[in-house]
Amino acid sequence: MSPELIQYIQTFDDGREPALENLGGKGASLVSMTAAGMPVPPGFVVTTACYDAFVAEAGIAKQVTTLLDGLDADNVEEVDRVSAAIREDLCSRPVPDTARRAVVEAYTALMEICGDGAPVAVRSSATAEDLPDASFAGQQDTYLWLSGLPAVTEHIRRCWASLFTSRAITYRLKNNIPNEGLSMAVVVQKMVNARVAGVAITMNPANGDRSKLTIDSSWGVGEMVVSGQVTPDNIVMDKITLQVVSEHIGDKHAELVPDAASATLVEREVSADRTGIRSLTDAELTQVAKMAKRAEKHYKCPQDIEWAIDADLPDGENLLLLQSRPETVHSNGTAGQQPTASSQPKNPATGAFDLGSITQSLMGTGR
Amino acid sequence: MSAKSFPKPSELPVPEGAEGWEKLYPYYLVFQDKLKAIEDEKFWFCDSQHWPTVFKPFETVGTEFASKCLGQYNARHLMIPTAKGIDFRIHLGYLYFSPLPVPEEEIAARVPEFQARVGHYFQNWDTLLQQWKTKVLGTIDEMETLEFKPLPDMVPMEDIISGKGTDGSEVLLENYDRLIQLAYQNWQYHFEFLNLGYIAYLDFFNYCKEIFPGIPDQSIATMVQGVDMELFRPDDELKQLATLAVELGLQDRFAKPDDVDVTLASIGAADGGQKWLDRWAEAQDPWFNFTVGNGFYGHDKYWNEHLEIPLGYIADYIRRLDEGQDIMRPKEALIAEKDRIVEEYRELLDGEQLATFDAKRGLAATAYPYVENHNFYIEHWTMGVFWRKVRELSRTMHGYGFWEHEDDLLYLGRNEVRDALFDLVASWGVGNPEGPIGPHVWPEIIAERTALVSALKTARPAPALNTPPEAITEPFTRMLWGITTEQVESWLGAGEEGSDGVLKGMAASPGIVEGVARVIMDADDLSQIQQDEILVAPVTAPSWGPIFGKIKATVTDIGGMMSHAAIVCREYALPAVTGTGSASTTIKTGQRLRVDGNKGTVLVLDGDHAATVVEGPGAHSHQHAVTAEEGATADV
Repeated sequence: MSPELIQYIQTFDDGREPALENLGGKGASLVSMTAAGMPVPPGFVVTTACYDAFVAEAGIAKQVTTLLDGLDADNVEEVDRVSAAIREDLCSRPVPDTARRAVVEAYTALMEICGDGAPVAVRSSATAEDLPDASFAGQQDTYLWLSGLPAVTEHIRRCWASLFTSRAITYRLKNNIPNEGLSMAVVVQKMVNARVAGVAITMNPANGDRSKLTIDSSWGVGEMVVSGQVTPDNIVMDKITLQVVSEHIGDKHAELVPDAASATLVEREVSADRTGIRSLTDAELTQVAKMAKRAEKHYKCPQDIEWAIDADLPDGENLLLLQSRPETVHSNGTAGQQPTASSQPKNPATGAFDLGSITQSLMGTGR
Repeated sequence: MSAKSFPKPSELPVPEGAEGWEKLYPYYLVFQDKLKAIEDEKFWFCDSQHWPTVFKPFETVGTEFASKCLGQYNARHLMIPTAKGIDFRIHLGYLYFSPLPVPEEEIAARVPEFQARVGHYFQNWDTLLQQWKTKVLGTIDEMETLEFKPLPDMVPMEDIISGKGTDGSEVLLENYDRLIQLAYQNWQYHFEFLNLGYIAYLDFFNYCKEIFPGIPDQSIATMVQGVDMELFRPDDELKQLATLAVELGLQDRFAKPDDVDVTLASIGAADGGQKWLDRWAEAQDPWFNFTVGNGFYGHDKYWNEHLEIPLGYIADYIRRLDEGQDIMRPKEALIAEKDRIVEEYRELLDGEQLATFDAKRGLAATAYPYVENHNFYIEHWTMGVFWRKVRELSRTMHGYGFWEHEDDLLYLGRNEVRDALFDLVASWGVGNPEGPIGPHVWPEIIAERTALVSALKTARPAPALNTPPEAITEPFTRMLWGITTEQVESWLGAGEEGSDGVLKGMAASPGIVEGVARVIMDADDLSQIQQDEILVAPVTAPSWGPIFGKIKATVTDIGGMMSHAAIVCREYALPAVTGTGSASTTIKTGQRLRVDGNKGTVLVLDGDHAATVVEGPGAHSHQHAVTAEEGATADV
C-alpha cells in the first residue's frame, strides 16, 4: 500500500504499533492481539484519519458545526431532524479518492487471503467517550455476513453515521462533550467459517491444577460447545510439555455451520465417520494449546479462550482466537492440592532435603 | 485388573530339543518341584531388558552378581522400609524377577535406619562418589594384572634357589578365584550409588505427581537428566576423531574400515596422519573399553578388541560430515529445553512448595548422572576386562585340549571351571603323560549343552509368569523395568488386541515420526541399519550410540522411563516408545511405522498387522497376496 494510502488503513498484522486514537478501542485491541501471537480472524481497520479526511473534504465537518450550534438537547424533533440530515450526508457524499482507494485495496487483499466474496463483518470502533457506552456502539454497529465491496463500503458509512444518531447527539450535548475532533474507526474482519472450534482453559478446571491445559473441541462453530449442546472431545494436556495426559472422544452428534446465503448458522447432523474420531489432529491440538499459553502469558493470568479453525484460510494461518477472558473459578488457587509432603517438618540433619517425604514416597503414601 | 494370569512356569512349552535344559544352570537358579506351591504363588516378570538372549552356563555370573547386589542395597545396606531385594530365577534360559516386599510389621523399625543411612550418603555424596571411583578403578587395575598362562615344564630354578616351595599352579587357581571375586566386588560397588540415585529420583517423581497431578513421566525425567555425561563420551570421541579426519583431509583413507591394519597404515602414511593416530591412541584409554552389547554376555564385542567397530562408526560419521550433516548431539537445544521446562513448572509454585520442589529436584539432579555414568565403569570397562580374562583362560585350557572351540569355557558353570582347573593342575603336577581328564569329559557335555542353548533360543520368553498382584507398587520395578499395573494389563490383553496394529508402551521420549522399521535382535546386526530407519529391538544398549545419530526413533519390548533406550533417545532428541512387550516379534523389518513418543503408541501402517484406522502420508496400505502356485509375494 502506497504511503499516501497507508494512513487510512491498518491491517491487523502489518506490524505498526496500535494507536488508540487511530484505530479506536476495538481496532487497537485486535491489532495488539495479532501482534502478541493470538491470531484473531484477519481483517483491517479503516482509521480515524480516513473519517477525518472524508468529513473535511466533503464539507461535512463545517456543516456539522453549524447544525449542532445552539441545538437544544431536549428538543427531540429538532435533534431527530439534525441527526437525519447529518447521517444522510455521511452516507451519500463522495469519499475522497485516496481514502476510497485505500479501502478498496485493503478489501481486495483480504479477499485474496479468504477467498473471493468471503463474508465479512463491519464494526464501529470508537476512540473515546464520544458515544453513550461501549455496548451501545458495539451492539448497534456490528454488521455481519457482508459480501462484496458495495455492501462493505455502505456499512463503513453506516458506522460513521452512528456517531450522529439522535441518542449520541443528545448524550454529548448533555455531557458537554465537544464535537470538534470527533472521529470513528471501522473494523472490517473475516466472518469465521469454523471447521472445528471450541474452548481452551489454561488449567485443569476439575482441580485447579495450573500445570495442565484443557481443550474442548467439536465440529463446526463453537457455539454448541459453549452452550453444552454437544459432548465435545475433551483433552487434558501438560501445559509445559504439551503431552496429552488424558483424552476423551465426545460423540459430537451435531454441528453448526455458516450458511452465507441465508446469512445464518444452520445445524446439521455430523456424519458417523467424524463422530468417533478426535476433531483436532495432533498438530492442531498443539497449535491451540500454544495459542492458549500465549494468551495466558499476554494477560498474565489463567485464560479461558474461544478458538476456531477456519475452513477458508490456508494451513498455518487458519487457527483463530475469538475471545480470551480470565478464568475466574480457580484462578486464586495453587497448583493442585496442597501437598502433604511439604507440611512435614524438615529433618534438620539432612539439610536441603526431606527424608521424611522420601520415606513416605517409598511407602506409597505419596503416590 | 482382570482375573487373567500369565502361564505358570510348568505350563510353558519346552522348545523341541531343549528337554533337560535345567542342567545348564545351578540348582538355585531354576524353579524346584519341591517349592512349586510357593514359587507359583509369586508373580515373576521377565527381564529381557538386560538379558535378552539365552544364558550360556558361565554367563549366569553377571545376573547372579547383579541381582544379588541390587537386592543387598535395598535389604541390608539402606534398609529401604518397604522393599527388599528382587528374587531371581532362570526359566527356559531367560531371567525372571520377583520383588520381595517387607512384611508390614517390619516396616516401622526400618524407617529410622533408612533415614540415617540414606541421609549419610546424600550429605556426603561428592566425597563418597569420589571414593567410589577410586575403589572401582582399583578393582579394574587389579583385574588387568591377572594372568592365565600355561604352566611351565618345570619349576624355575630361581624358585628353587629362593626356596619358594610352590609350583605356580596356585597362581592359576588364585587368579581364577580372584577374577571372580573382583567382578563380584565391582558389582557390589555398582549398586552402592544406583539405588540412591533411584531413591532421589523417585522422591522427586512422587512429589511432582502430587503437586502436578497427572504430570507425564517424561517431563519429570527431563527435569533431572544431565546432558553431558561420561557414558556418551566414547561416542563423542569418535565424532571428534571423524571431525579431525575431515580437517586433515583424510576422508579417502577410511574406504575399508573393516581392515584395521591397512586403514591405520594408510592413515599413518598420509600428511597429518600421525596427528590423527596420536589422537586415536589417546581416545582408546579408557573410552574404547566399550561394548556393542551390554556387558552381560561372553560374546559381547568390545571396541578395543575389535577396532573395526569404532573405525566403521568413524567412517560413517565422516561420510555424514561430507554430506553436510551435523553429527553432534543438539546439546545446547537440549539444555535450553530442559531449562524452559524446569522454569515453567517452577513458575506455577511459590513459597514452601517452590522450596521443596527445588530441593528435591536438586537432589535428584545431583544423583542422576550416576544412574547413567556407572554403566561405563562397570558394564563396559569392568566387564570388558573380565570377559577378556575369561577368554584368556578359555584359550589356555583349550590349549590343553579341554574343548573344541577357544571360547567353549562359557558352556561350563563358574564352579565347574574351578573343578576343571584343578583337574588341569593335578594332572600337570603329577606329570601324567595322558594329560587332564577334562578333554575326555567336557567336549561331549559341551556339545550337548550347545544344542540345548540353541534349542532354547528358538523361543522368546513369556513377559511374566503366574498371577499378577492387584497393583504393581514396588518402586524399583516400575522405575527400572517399566512394569506398571497398566503395562501388565496391556501384556495380558496383547493376545486379543495385538492384531489391530497398535502397540502401547511407555512414552519415553517425545516426538512423532513415521518411517521404516528395522528389527535388530542382536548387536552384531547393527550394521544393517540404514539412515532414517526406526530401530525396533527387544532392548537397546547406550553403547549403540553411533546408531542413534542415524535413526529416526526407537521402539523396545522392555524398559521404563529410566531404561537405556529412553535416556539415550531423550539425549539425542529422538522419539522413543519403550516397554511395548512384543514390538520386536510383531513388527517386521520394512514395515512403515508411526511412532508417537508423546502418547507411547506405535502404529503399524502396512503389512500383516496394519491398523484399521490410519492417517498421514504413510497410510497407504500394501496388501500382500501370495499365490499358492508360485509361493511368491507381490504388492497389489
